[in-house]
Amino acid sequence: MNENKAITVDKLTKKFGDFTAVDAISFDVNAGEIFGFLGANGAGKTTAMRMLCGLSLPTSGTATVAGFDVYHQTENIKKNIGYMSQKFSLYEDLTVKENINFYAGIYGKSNQFIKEKTSQVIANLHLENEVDKLVKSLPLGWKQKIAFSVSIFHEPEIVFLDEPTGGVDPITRREFWSMIYKAAESGITIFVTTHYMDEAEYCNRVCIMVDGHIKAMDTPPQLKKRYNATSMDEVFLKLARNAERAQAP
Amino acid sequence: MPSVSAKNIVKFYETKNDKIQALCGISFNVTKGELFGIIGPDGAGKTSLFRILTTLLLADKGAASVDGYDVVKDFKEIRKIVGYMPGRFSLYQDLTVEENLEFFATIFNTTIQQNYDVIKEIYIQLEPFKKRRAGKLSGGMKQKLALCCALIHKPSVLFLDEPTTGVDAVSRNEFWDMLKKLKQQGITILVSTPYMNEAALCDRVALMQLGKILSINSPAEIINQFKKDLFAVRSSKMLSLLNDLKNFNEVEDAYFFGAYHHVVMKHKNEEQDLKNYLSKYSNDNLEIKNIQPDIEDCFIELMKQSHEIELH
Repeated sequence: MNENKAITVDKLTKKFGDFTAVDAISFDVNAGEIFGFLGANGAGKTTAMRMLCGLSLPTSGTATVAGFDVYHQTENIKKNIGYMSQKFSLYEDLTVKENINFYAGIYGKSNQFIKEKTSQVIANLHLENEVDKLVKSLPLGWKQKIAFSVSIFHEPEIVFLDEPTGGVDPITRREFWSMIYKAAESGITIFVTTHYMDEAEYCNRVCIMVDGHIKAMDTPPQLKKRYNATSMDEVFLKLARNAERAQAP
Repeated sequence: MPSVSAKNIVKFYETKNDKIQALCGISFNVTKGELFGIIGPDGAGKTSLFRILTTLLLADKGAASVDGYDVVKDFKEIRKIVGYMPGRFSLYQDLTVEENLEFFATIFNTTIQQNYDVIKEIYIQLEPFKKRRAGKLSGGMKQKLALCCALIHKPSVLFLDEPTTGVDAVSRNEFWDMLKKLKQQGITILVSTPYMNEAALCDRVALMQLGKILSINSPAEIINQFKKDLFAVRSSKMLSLLNDLKNFNEVEDAYFFGAYHHVVMKHKNEEQDLKNYLSKYSNDNLEIKNIQPDIEDCFIELMKQSHEIELH
């Protein structure tokens, strides 16, 4: 395995019956990279992500995540990645502190580690007064920032972020991206999906899936140059406009 | 008579030990045939407002009317004349496309044939699959079916609650094209969205945040009211550039904005000062340009103003 690769994917394929959701995709993600994973609805993003997180077995092809194989070492993968989505992030009926304890405990972190790191995380988020409040009483933007901190609390090699900023106000959305940059600087690899095309510009590299295939993959400036576009929004529209699956029932 | 009128609408949600104010005195009028956008993040109060206007929820204070009917007294009349597409897919998953549409037509005492012209442009794309169960449709198709079902009784006012949330950029564009066509039929449309760039497609918009309206106007006028100088700046080192910008005391605010950072200046005509300042740092391939604000810049500015008012 290449030491500098956080993720390697080669001809990874997933079929459901006669439907090929992900069709022989190949790519690598470098350690410490912010990798944007974009695609039209139904392009196969979620299916691909589930395979990489060790939640779904591929039909064929190979892939490693943090050096572990997606067929045989799914438990190791789960221990070495973080995951956060817009839909499911924290337990609403637990306090901020209880959520942190719960997740860190699941990842087998020691009480000492949890205690020290909790105060650090809480201080970074300026949440000293909210630490014992139920998560459901907090605004969405705060929840998402806490959820992100929780997802990297156990210091994973890679964190998967599935539309982490959906519905979040524009100021908080930017604060969230500052946190992503900081995490990447500390060496965590970021694998992120989003429907906000301005956020695609913040990634080191972007991969665009259409109908189960990777249609394009490069840095945002290169993609704009290649497709003669002024923004990633335009690139995306040019590539995904002719997607068949979005049109089909 | 306005098509939709809201006067000082207030709504609280009470739980065992908490009282949350979802709407803090919302007032606006929408004229007949207007495409009116309610733009704001989650928690702005968009859904509460739509549910009050469609008579599904009672306000704690204030008054509202749709086509002159009062939302409390005349709720039965309103239900006949409005179309409502909730944020969550709410059709019958195990009925076919056609059965869903027939069901909604029947409830409103009409038939698909009678109002076919209203939905024709949209339904034409669904017709080849009319025997398919709604649950088996793709996201984009479900959305089109939901829109048809909300239109089949030829409503005079259409309420669309976040129809484009979580939808990819291509389908979002298509959806707005459909709305433009519906507008030509004279239907008043109220649409909510968390995507700031969709504001430009509305006749007028209300920017909402935490139960309050920050501004109501045409998109062009909202942009006109942004009085500060705004620059787009980029270099090969975006992160250190942002820090440099934030440390410059003539800069009021600097934030990510796609491929550039947007920089709001404290005073007018400081382009040269900004250039001089940035030239002192190692910013390769530095590019600075004076730009017109986007609705998102305006929203950020208005959010900060509203926050400052609260602090004082």
